[in-house]
Amino acid sequence: MKNKSLVSINDFTKEECLRIIELAGEFEKNPVQDILKGKVVATLFFEPSTRTRLSFESAVNKLGGRIIGFSETASTSVSKGESLKDTIKTVANYSDLIVMRHPIEGSARYASEVSMVPVVNAGDGANQHPTQTLLDLFSIKKTQGTLENLNICMVGDLKYGRTVHSLLIAMSDFNATFNFISPKTLQMPSEYKKLLDEKGLKYYEHEEIHDTFKHADIVYVTRVQKERFSDPIDYEKVKNAFIVKNKMLEGTKPNLKVMHPLPRVNEIDTDVDDNEKAYYFQQAKNGVYTRQAIVASILGLI
Amino acid sequence: MKEIKELKVNAIKNGTVIDHIPAKSLFKVISILNLDKIDTHVTFGTNLESKRLGLKSIIKISDKFFENDEINKIALIAPEAKLNIIKDYNVVEKKIVEVPDNIVGIVKCVNPKCVTNHEKITTKFKVVSKQHVSLKCHYCEKITEQENIEIY
Ligand SMILES: [Zn+2]
Repeated sequence: MKNKSLVSINDFTKEECLRIIELAGEFEKNPVQDILKGKVVATLFFEPSTRTRLSFESAVNKLGGRIIGFSETASTSVSKGESLKDTIKTVANYSDLIVMRHPIEGSARYASEVSMVPVVNAGDGANQHPTQTLLDLFSIKKTQGTLENLNICMVGDLKYGRTVHSLLIAMSDFNATFNFISPKTLQMPSEYKKLLDEKGLKYYEHEEIHDTFKHADIVYVTRVQKERFSDPIDYEKVKNAFIVKNKMLEGTKPNLKVMHPLPRVNEIDTDVDDNEKAYYFQQAKNGVYTRQAIVASILGLI
Repeated sequence: MKEIKELKVNAIKNGTVIDHIPAKSLFKVISILNLDKIDTHVTFGTNLESKRLGLKSIIKISDKFFENDEINKIALIAPEAKLNIIKDYNVVEKKIVEVPDNIVGIVKCVNPKCVTNHEKITTKFKVVSKQHVSLKCHYCEKITEQENIEIY
C-alpha cells in the first residue's frame, strides 16, 4: 500500500482492507508511538467536517507527525479562485501525504492524479468516504470477531447515504445477509441490489423496523433528512418510523451492535446510549486507530 | 441509386469513406476525428436521404486510414457508421464501428457535481454496458446512460 492513494473503497482489495483492519487493532493496543516523526500530513478541508478532521489530526498527532492545512476555504487562495490542481500541487510540495475533504464528487481522484504525494479521500461529496468504511469494517470485526456470514440491518436513508453504499460493497465480499429498512422513496438504489444479486447474496427490503432486528448482528443507522423529501407531508409521515429506540433492542442477539457514522440528530433515541449494544461512540474512537493504520501504511512506515 | 449518390460526393482514389452518419452528428464526427485539422482532401455530403437514418451524412477522406481505436470514438454518436477502405478506387475492406471499452474525452459526465464539470479535466469513462450504452465516470463513479450522453 506504500504510496498508494486511498480514494475509493473500490481501490482496496479484500486483502488490503483486512490488512488495514489488522493494523488498526495493533494501533489500538499501542496508539502512541513516534513513527510519524518528521512527517508532515496536510489536512485540506474544502468544506468543514470537524469530526473527520479531528479524527485524522488525532491519529497523526499520536504518532508524532505534524499537521498543516485548513478547515474551511474562506481564508485561503481557493476563495480567490485558485484551481484545485494548483492548490494540490502546491501543498504536495509541503507535505508527505494529503488528506482531503471536498464537496465536489471525483475531486479526490483528480487530486491523486495531479499530486506528487499520496492522497487520502476524507469525503468527496456524495461519492466516497473510504476511511469511514474501513473504520466500520474494523468496528464490525472487533465486535463480532469475524466479518463473515453476518446479518446486517441498514436503517434510514439508503438512497443517498454513501456510508451504507460503501459498507454494502465492502461487506459483499464476506457473505453478508442484508435487511434494508427505509421509506419507500429512500430505498437502496438498484445498482447495489444488482451487485448483491450477482454475488448471490440475500437481501430483504422493509418499510418499517418492526421485528427486523431480531436476527441482526449489526444495525447500521443513518439519518433521514427532511431536505430529501419534495413534499414535507411525506417527511412528516415517515420521520418517526425510522428512529431506533431502546425497547426495539429487547430480544435481539447478545452480540448485536448499533452503529452510526455520526453526527446523530434524533434517529437513535438517547435512551439507547446506555445500552451495551450502542456502539457509535466507540465506533468513532475506532476511527482514530483505523486512520493511524491507513496513514502509516501509505507512508510505508509499517 | 448508387450512381446518383456517387455524384453528390466525389469518389476518392485512396482513403476512407465513412457512411451512415446521422446528419445531425456530422460536425461532431468531424471534430472527434480531428478532420478539421488534417491536410489531405476531405469531402462530405450531408442531409442525404437514408431509409434507416432519415437524413445521413457521408465523409470521404483522401489518404487517411484510421486505427480501430481512433475510429471507434465515433461509435457513441454514429453507432451505425460503416467504413469503406479505398485503394485505387476500389473498396478493399469494410468495417463497422464498435463501442470501445474506455472513452476519453468526447462525452460530458451527467453528474452536475462531478469534478469534470468544475475544473478543466478531460473526462474518462469505463464502458460498463455496450448494448444499451452506459458509462461509468472515472472520477465521480456515477453512471451516464445512453439517453443522457452529451457530446462536448
Ligand atoms: Zn463524473
